[in-house]
Amino acid sequence: MPVELEIVSPEKLLLSRPVEMVVLPAYEGEMGVLQGHSPMIVLLRGGMIRLYDGGQVKEQLYVSGGFAEVTPERVTVLATEATPAADVSRAEGEKRLAAAEADYAAADKSDVVLLDAAMDRIQSARAMVEAAAA
Amino acid sequence: MPSLKSLRVRINSVKSTQKITSAMKMVAASKLRRAQTQAEAARPYAQRMARMMASLGASVAGSPTAPKLLVGTGSDKVHLLVAVAGDRGLAGAFNSNVGRMARGLARQLEAEGKTVKILAIGRKSRDYLRRELASRMVGDVNFVGRKSIGFADAEAIANRIVGMLHAGEFDVCTVIYNRFQSVIAQIPTEMRLIPAPLPEGNEAGGSASYEFEPDEETMLARLLPQNLAIQIYRALLETNAGFFGSQMTAMDNATRNAGDMIKRLTQNYNRARQANITRELIEIISGAEAV
Repeated sequence: MPVELEIVSPEKLLLSRPVEMVVLPAYEGEMGVLQGHSPMIVLLRGGMIRLYDGGQVKEQLYVSGGFAEVTPERVTVLATEATPAADVSRAEGEKRLAAAEADYAAADKSDVVLLDAAMDRIQSARAMVEAAAA
Repeated sequence: MPSLKSLRVRINSVKSTQKITSAMKMVAASKLRRAQTQAEAARPYAQRMARMMASLGASVAGSPTAPKLLVGTGSDKVHLLVAVAGDRGLAGAFNSNVGRMARGLARQLEAEGKTVKILAIGRKSRDYLRRELASRMVGDVNFVGRKSIGFADAEAIANRIVGMLHAGEFDVCTVIYNRFQSVIAQIPTEMRLIPAPLPEGNEAGGSASYEFEPDEETMLARLLPQNLAIQIYRALLETNAGFFGSQMTAMDNATRNAGDMIKRLTQNYNRARQANITRELIEIISGAEAV
């Protein structure tokens, strides 16, 4: 039984189709979702969303972060930004990584919120560089 | 009686004005279509975001550690008004509607003894509010010369607002923009952003209770700024679409008025021409009779 997957960015509906399994880059580790998963709302870090059909990866998308709502029959990904793996630009990733690292260094070390945000951006940018390299 | 020549000149000038306004109407119509498509494309994300907010917000709203973005700072002394209008004019009352509403709200709040700060989005919004409320302006953003508005623009504004909130610069944030009801109707509306209004109907459609990973609060801390950005993005897109709708209507009216004017001037011109001919004929005839 397939699970309905939807990937939405603020600018448009990117993808909507049934897949066998989807692997999400959840905040606390990668997470595979099959049909019948218990209802969850998860935070996503920067990483790859993998779509499986017939036991194989059919499509990969890079997301820079976002949220996912999982119900037994549906997965909705609210991505801040999503790009098909083939179109991820390494240069852009490196640029962001540098900017995020600079922000992290400049951030006030006592402000946990700011530090966390900068750390997330570093992670997200790293995932982008890796995605481009793969 | 104006001379024939001056009438001819005026008719020609009104004709070229009419050409310009009708061209502007066409351009606005095609840009409107694009803006509307963009606004529609943003809808699915906003809807799903609202659904998540509903199921999350309800579970955290009561707790004392709930984030400021959701419950506010606990007071309502300082109000931040975000007035969103277009960057260009020639769109009827579109821009001044927002300006007037923002001004009214500012006056009302000040009468209640509250402090008002204004963030103007769009060049016309800044120009309008600067006239009377310049001392309350804390900043302005505009998109002059930009082809289209992206989510990143909304995010930048949201980040700025969140930064101001954390710095304790305001307590309540309200956005004023033209809600796009239809091509001919844009309604100036105020919408509260902070404290965030929770969607009505506790956990609407939440037949299943969700598990959260990580916990609700961490999640909410991420979701709220994103939600703010989305609300602003929506206001920007609706303003954009509404602006072209309003411009189209305004230019349509202008084209029609120019048409009426041409008709009237042409009639005057013809009358004057006939009067001239008649006068000349009388001169000739009376001259011939005198001989």
